[in-house]
Amino acid sequence: MSAAAAPARRPARAPGDLVIRIEGVTKLYRMGTETIHALRGVNLEIRRNEYLAIMGPSGSGKSTLMNMLGCLDTPSAGRYDFNGKDVARMVDDELAEIRNREIGFVFQTFNLLPRSDALHNVELPLIYAGLRPAVRRERALVALRNVGLGDRIHHKPNEMSGGQRQRVAIARALVNHPSILLADEPTGNLDSRTGEEIMALFEDLYEQGHTIIVVTHEEDIARHARRVVRLRDGLIESDGPVL
Amino acid sequence: MARLLQELVESFRIAFGQIRANALRSVLTALGVIIGIVAVTLMGTAINGIDIGFNRSLAMLGEDVLYVQRWPWRRVDDWWNYVNRPPLEVETAERLNRVIESTPGSLLEVAVPVATRGTTVRAGELRLGGVMLFGTTGDYARIVTTDVAEGRMFNDIEATVGRPVCVLGSAVAENLFPGRSALDQQVQIRGERYTVIGVLAKQGEFLGLFSFDNQIVAPLNTVRRQTGVRANLDLRVKVRDKTKLAAAEEELIGAMRRVRGQLPGERDNFSINQQQAFKEQLDPVKAGIALAGLFITGLSLFVGAIGIMNITFVSVKERTKEIGTRKALGARRRTILLQFLIEAVSICLIGGLVGLGVTLAASLVLATLLPALPIAFSPGLMAVSVLVSILTGVVSGFAPAWGASRLDPVVALRYE
Repeated sequence: MSAAAAPARRPARAPGDLVIRIEGVTKLYRMGTETIHALRGVNLEIRRNEYLAIMGPSGSGKSTLMNMLGCLDTPSAGRYDFNGKDVARMVDDELAEIRNREIGFVFQTFNLLPRSDALHNVELPLIYAGLRPAVRRERALVALRNVGLGDRIHHKPNEMSGGQRQRVAIARALVNHPSILLADEPTGNLDSRTGEEIMALFEDLYEQGHTIIVVTHEEDIARHARRVVRLRDGLIESDGPVL
Repeated sequence: MARLLQELVESFRIAFGQIRANALRSVLTALGVIIGIVAVTLMGTAINGIDIGFNRSLAMLGEDVLYVQRWPWRRVDDWWNYVNRPPLEVETAERLNRVIESTPGSLLEVAVPVATRGTTVRAGELRLGGVMLFGTTGDYARIVTTDVAEGRMFNDIEATVGRPVCVLGSAVAENLFPGRSALDQQVQIRGERYTVIGVLAKQGEFLGLFSFDNQIVAPLNTVRRQTGVRANLDLRVKVRDKTKLAAAEEELIGAMRRVRGQLPGERDNFSINQQQAFKEQLDPVKAGIALAGLFITGLSLFVGAIGIMNITFVSVKERTKEIGTRKALGARRRTILLQFLIEAVSICLIGGLVGLGVTLAASLVLATLLPALPIAFSPGLMAVSVLVSILTGVVSGFAPAWGASRLDPVVALRYE
């Protein structure tokens, strides 16, 4: 990729309202007799329409932080406010509700339902939101068109390329208009060219005003973001704009 | 509410997609339930049939007839209290009838003496053994439940005079006069000639023990004069209103005590029997058979349920990552629980319906092959077996579905 196209050159937009506020969050895991400190006191604020990369070597607590941000897990101690709501003390079903409404997940392995077509895959979050079939279908179609797959709605995952699958996953992540888009190594299972296409799509989404958090260990991917948070041994090592 | 509905629709969609995708596995699993349901419903059908046959047999005794006999129709441990009871005589019946007539508003209609003995009957070259010979009066026609199919019953005059006439049970008539009418033919009982004046309608077997069609009815006076043997005699008393059977029995006891001249405080020296007594004797036996049968066949359904549970566990394990994905997208515990529960119930329900079809076909085939076998396939049984198969699905699917609903999404997503 030429240096001229590097997105880092583009300026960050003015930050909006606070979406995520994490204060002194720790996470302990017990593995047999050993206690593992995955997070040792993390403070982090993320505002609307930020484009953030979270980086760190394996074992740095990167995955734990991502699970925390995605409301898949709750902290052992500390505060986590999501849009002003205290998520740290929520029970399973309340967290499911937050995930359904506020968070769009993009996984490294796409995680599409293999026997369902693109349309039904994208409709899934709306089913859990309890929307009527007609409304679901309408919104899923819009979401698929927005990622450039308006002509692939009845294709099953195994009839699509990796890039197309990840686009379906992105459409699924965005269909319920979440507050944040949380992507875990979104290009990890794609060749570099397709990966760049996906990152270009993220760039567009950021331009449209979406809040994007990408968890990655690849510097090339992180460079697309506007801000990079680096973790090491369960602590934030650095937090600053992409140079 | 809308949300639950959408989730339910999605769950059914998933369930049938899953069953289609794993067709062979689903069929094999359902087979367990099919066999279980077939076993249980066939058993239910058989029990139903036994019940119907039993009631049909009891009805042959007459629902409105009380039997006055020396011995009760139940096991007695104190035989010495019965063995010396005075025998019942024709005169007892006559005196009893006089008491009945003199009682205003009596619940009893008429008492008929019936002498019973086993005998051999001949017609030409044909001999028939083990036939029940009933010697009775002209009133007999009033207490029996069968019709005379051909000819007539003997009348009071023939009975009193002791004419050598008789009425044959349908089996006796068929055996002695195959392919032709028995009317006006001669039969020999203990060397004496009787003229056949009637043939009874077919009745069938009593509890599969003996045939009611294997009987001959003749005037009591004829039987007594000609055979010269004091046969075992009992009285059959017809009740006017079978809904007041208990009160009628009370009246009969009082009347019999008057006839016998028994003092107050003295124990009855006779027994009043009725079909209800049989019921009371046999009901526990019937219940025992039903319970044991349902338990044993229930075991096969239980094996089917274990199969469902097993396959649901496998299904949960296989789709752990999918469960993680669904949870990440906002599926709640209830959603996941429902999804797997509905999958298990769907397989069970399909199995149950197929099983029901098999049972229906089997009972139809059996009914045509063996018409004598009382088979009853009731709509109630259908409803129950559908319910049972749903219940089987819920019970066997619950543990794996519960486990799936409690999965930690982080762990589930990481599962490969």
